[in-house]
Amino acid sequence: MVNRLTVDDLSFSYGSTPILKGISISDVAPGCITAVIGPNAAGKTTLFKCLAGLLKPRGSIRLDDAELREMGGANVTRRVGYLPQEGPVNAVLTVFEALLLARKHTMSWRVSDDDLAVAGQVLRDLDIEHLSLRYLNELSGGQKQMVSIAQVLARDPQVMLLDEPTSNLDLQRQLEVLDLLRSVTAVRGMITLISLHDLNLAARFADHFVVMTEGKIYASGDAACVLTPGMLRDVYQVNASVRVDDDGITQVTPISSARTKNGAVASASRLPSLD
Amino acid sequence: MNHAVQTSPESASAISGRRIYRQITGRKYLVLGALTALLAFTLILDISLGPARLGLLEVASAILRPGAAEVTTRVIVWDIRMPMALMAVVVGAALAVAGAEMQTILNNPLASPFTLGISAAAGFGAALALVLGVSVIPFAGVFLVSVNAFVFAMLASLTIYLLSTLRGVTIETMVLLGIALVFLFSSLLALLQYIASEQALQQVVFWTLGSLVKATWPKIGIAFVVLGVTVPVFVRQVWRLTALRLGEEKALSLGINVRALRLHVLVSVSVLAAVAVAFVGTIGFVGLVGPHVARMLVGEDQRFFLPTSAIAGALLLSAASIVSKSITPGALFPIGIVTSLVGVPFFLSLILTRRRQLW
Repeated sequence: MVNRLTVDDLSFSYGSTPILKGISISDVAPGCITAVIGPNAAGKTTLFKCLAGLLKPRGSIRLDDAELREMGGANVTRRVGYLPQEGPVNAVLTVFEALLLARKHTMSWRVSDDDLAVAGQVLRDLDIEHLSLRYLNELSGGQKQMVSIAQVLARDPQVMLLDEPTSNLDLQRQLEVLDLLRSVTAVRGMITLISLHDLNLAARFADHFVVMTEGKIYASGDAACVLTPGMLRDVYQVNASVRVDDDGITQVTPISSARTKNGAVASASRLPSLD
Repeated sequence: MNHAVQTSPESASAISGRRIYRQITGRKYLVLGALTALLAFTLILDISLGPARLGLLEVASAILRPGAAEVTTRVIVWDIRMPMALMAVVVGAALAVAGAEMQTILNNPLASPFTLGISAAAGFGAALALVLGVSVIPFAGVFLVSVNAFVFAMLASLTIYLLSTLRGVTIETMVLLGIALVFLFSSLLALLQYIASEQALQQVVFWTLGSLVKATWPKIGIAFVVLGVTVPVFVRQVWRLTALRLGEEKALSLGINVRALRLHVLVSVSVLAAVAVAFVGTIGFVGLVGPHVARMLVGEDQRFFLPTSAIAGALLLSAASIVSKSITPGALFPIGIVTSLVGVPFFLSLILTRRRQLW
């Protein structure tokens, strides 16, 4: 069980291009969903890769009191489940085999009953049991994404890092998957970070927000404190209205781009009030 | 959606998991069993064919109970035909396994010992011995041609290996490099053919067409040992190799050191392909098609994909050996020619009747 994820002064560059510039996160709680939001190229995916131990950044990432880079690859893999953005998969593997692969750290040549049970359970939880015998290269984009989510769940990680897990899903599936992830996170007391582009979806399901822009953290906190017209203008460069509905859920309505024709962002003082 | 996400070994999900798994693996075991039986049949048929016709039962009995067989039959079966027939099986298996793992680590359906220039390099090495009598290793003796072929095949692999360790080299670069090596060694081979005497030229052409005629028990022994040393390397990595097919990023996220795995497997694959090519010449197609046949039959779970590729490759070369003996009675067609002639119609029929995407 991991109770605390702490990131301190994290920096990373691809060659000479800095991507992450001194990121610090200390307020991510177990059992809650943290949405990592920000425009394209804000550094969200790179941050996730660093947290998953796939990149070697400068600075510190700690799970409880253990430094991630000193934990050893197998230990990190066992605790951290990372779902990369969906790439092309042409493997001639059935969905069930793909799920078993996610448990490969527990397997020898033989597959144990426990592994089979976990795979069977996750398929049921995500309501994709009917896809068990289908080949990955025959699935639709949304179905592949469901399988990828199932793979992360099948690993039973303590920290989940999901990079745009709902980008290919229809509306119903988006709601169902995020609902399931929220429930799993709460039941298992996991630390779950999800990167999302749909701010309304994030507002509905996330308990906590980390806003990134240009490789830095712009703000963090709950929806009310983070999802503001000012943040949307500064970070996303859009004019938007923000209101709280009857259920207490924040709703964002984008209105127009705040970028002028010559590419500059209109200053806040020249914008009409949106309230 | 169900929110339970709690498992116990005997839950409904455990039962359904076992049922699905049995359904998936049961069919694959069946395919493996059928292919093995078919291979046993082609092996016996291959041995039965030749100038002196032997019945299938006669061959089977001479194999199972050599002491009870007539001396002539025993000599024909064990000393003359068995080495060739077994060489077809071992080399077919080795080339197909090499091709299967090359396709896996390079994520490329066109990868085979041919693609990476290993066969072309071996061909050049062999020609160097046949045309100029140059041996890269002193005292190679009767193994001169094979040793030269092996050394050059390994040289090609080593080049790819060393370049692939450089920073920023992608798998696409590795494939391109392999193709460049094919052109390089083909040109060098053409140069040797250009300056070769008529007799040497004939030998080079014969070698490059691929032949099982020079199969001997010691060569088969060496090929078996190489298979015995390299296959366990792949067996230990079955899950990692299977996971690699989910894409590099997913494999990394599953804790696989992709770079190390690629290099590790590349070395073993190179030895396997180099030995196979060194002994029988450049037999193409098997290393490319064997894995594709296996993929169509059992998918890419390496626990099944690996043995099925081996058996499919062995079967293809064994069938080619049968055909090479049958085209003109008494004469033996170079097997490299026949392999493609037998394999292409078979492969096309599989592709055209397939129900799922091949790659």
